Amino acid sequence: MRQDIRMKAESSGSQTMEPPSPAQPPRAESIRLRGVSHAYGELQTLDEIDLEAPADGVLGLVGPSGCGKSTLLELICGLREAGAGTIGVGGGATAAERLDRCAFMPQRDLLLPWYSAIDNAALALRNQGMGRRQARAAAAGLFERFGLSGFEASSPAELSGGMRQRVAFLRTLIAGKPVLALDEPFASLDAITRAEMQEWLAAALRTDPRTVVLVTHDVEEALYLSDRVAVLSARPARVVAELAAPVPRAADRDASVTDPAFVAVREEAMHALRGSLRSP
Amino acid sequence: MSPKGTTRWRRVLLPGLLLASLIGLWQIACSTGVIADALDLESFLVPSPAEIAQSLWENRGLLAENAWVTLQEILLGILAALVVGVGFAVLMHRWQLLKDAAYPLVVASQTIPIVVIAPILLVWFGYGMTPKVLLIALFCFFPITVNTLDGLRSVDPEAVKMMRSLNASRRQRFWRVEAPAALPNLFTGVKIAVVFAPIAAVFAEWVGSSSGLGHLIQSDTAYFQVARQFATVTVLSAMALALIGLVTVAERRVVTWR
Repeated sequence: MRQDIRMKAESSGSQTMEPPSPAQPPRAESIRLRGVSHAYGELQTLDEIDLEAPADGVLGLVGPSGCGKSTLLELICGLREAGAGTIGVGGGATAAERLDRCAFMPQRDLLLPWYSAIDNAALALRNQGMGRRQARAAAAGLFERFGLSGFEASSPAELSGGMRQRVAFLRTLIAGKPVLALDEPFASLDAITRAEMQEWLAAALRTDPRTVVLVTHDVEEALYLSDRVAVLSARPARVVAELAAPVPRAADRDASVTDPAFVAVREEAMHALRGSLRSP
Repeated sequence: MSPKGTTRWRRVLLPGLLLASLIGLWQIACSTGVIADALDLESFLVPSPAEIAQSLWENRGLLAENAWVTLQEILLGILAALVVGVGFAVLMHRWQLLKDAAYPLVVASQTIPIVVIAPILLVWFGYGMTPKVLLIALFCFFPITVNTLDGLRSVDPEAVKMMRSLNASRRQRFWRVEAPAALPNLFTGVKIAVVFAPIAAVFAEWVGSSSGLGHLIQSDTAYFQVARQFATVTVLSAMALALIGLVTVAERRVVTWR
């Protein structure tokens, strides 16, 4: 009897029995932008952007509000086609190829209120054609690992802001794509929860390394979570500074962000930001 | 439990008490002949609640028979409006070109007083059920289409980007995001339709029919059967209330996230 089941499982292929688990990460991909410009009609938003992120590296993008950070992120994800320049994600250069390789996490958590927490997290698997039960089973393991067990059946409205953000991040991670594009993931949280979530994300990326593009307006957040941080100017955005983070994703966040080396880089970044605002 | 229980009691009890006292006042006014005198009418033209209740009971067979006819017209009319209305909203949502072309016409069509079409429908389809169902469907189509389309368009563009990035096909985007998002609006449209439908049904029956509650009210006019007319109105109103209640319960069952 047992043999039968196993035989059946093998004959139906490993894909159906073993869902793509983030425990076996996808192939790491690097990102490369060359001379990327973009405009909405007459409004020039991006001006000759050159950026690079190595495979499994975290690239932070900071800049003043409305400078085009989110547009840049959407271009990288393949949600838009750039006006000029080239964007490569791994071996993919067209928007469709980039869309295949990037998972986008929007600014607000945007959990779907008609699905439970676990069904929201498993959305990508369902979209890839997996049955509901299998998708839930695949997501359940991650719920446990990321401190969400017990909340699988909760509706999004029953979760706290930090938990909603965690579910939204899991939803992005479970898609099993090499690149995660996070658009101000913690902007809606209070200061304490935000610090907790940064620590949580740092831990998540230590265990599940991915290539990440992190858009934020919080310089400290960018420098704590990223390997490199690009400072963008006001619209049309140009890269005005690129800084290496002293200790990316340190286990002890509070100690890390008060370290003199960190403070010095943060001041440098702030200086670059202010400078970019003064001379448009 | 206790505050919620209290509000529920207030919601049921207070309107109930008010209704009961109004009926009581009406009964007293009738038995003393105050209303008939004030309106300068014969007292048999102003039935008391007791007389209406008596008529309700005595004519229960007749009323049920005609209520069934009207109820069928209403349900079929709303069903037709639902199928066409939701279908049209989805098509307009899917093809912007169709929406740009058709939406202004749909709105403009509402300036036609639909009741004037009733005699035309009568000429075309006769005295049977078809012209009634069509008139009700024409009444109910608009609120359902417009509300459903609004709901489909209310989806956050960021949610669409998120779904695209998570490998969702257009079909998956529709069933997993747009359709659920439009459900509350769809129910709003159906609630409006349910309120309109009995009015449309009665009007369609007035224009030409041989049965139904509207027909009964009209034919009773000739015989001064005022008590039965009131009884018929009571049945019609109870039917409309039951339909609204049904839709509200269905909405609570389906739209659990609001």
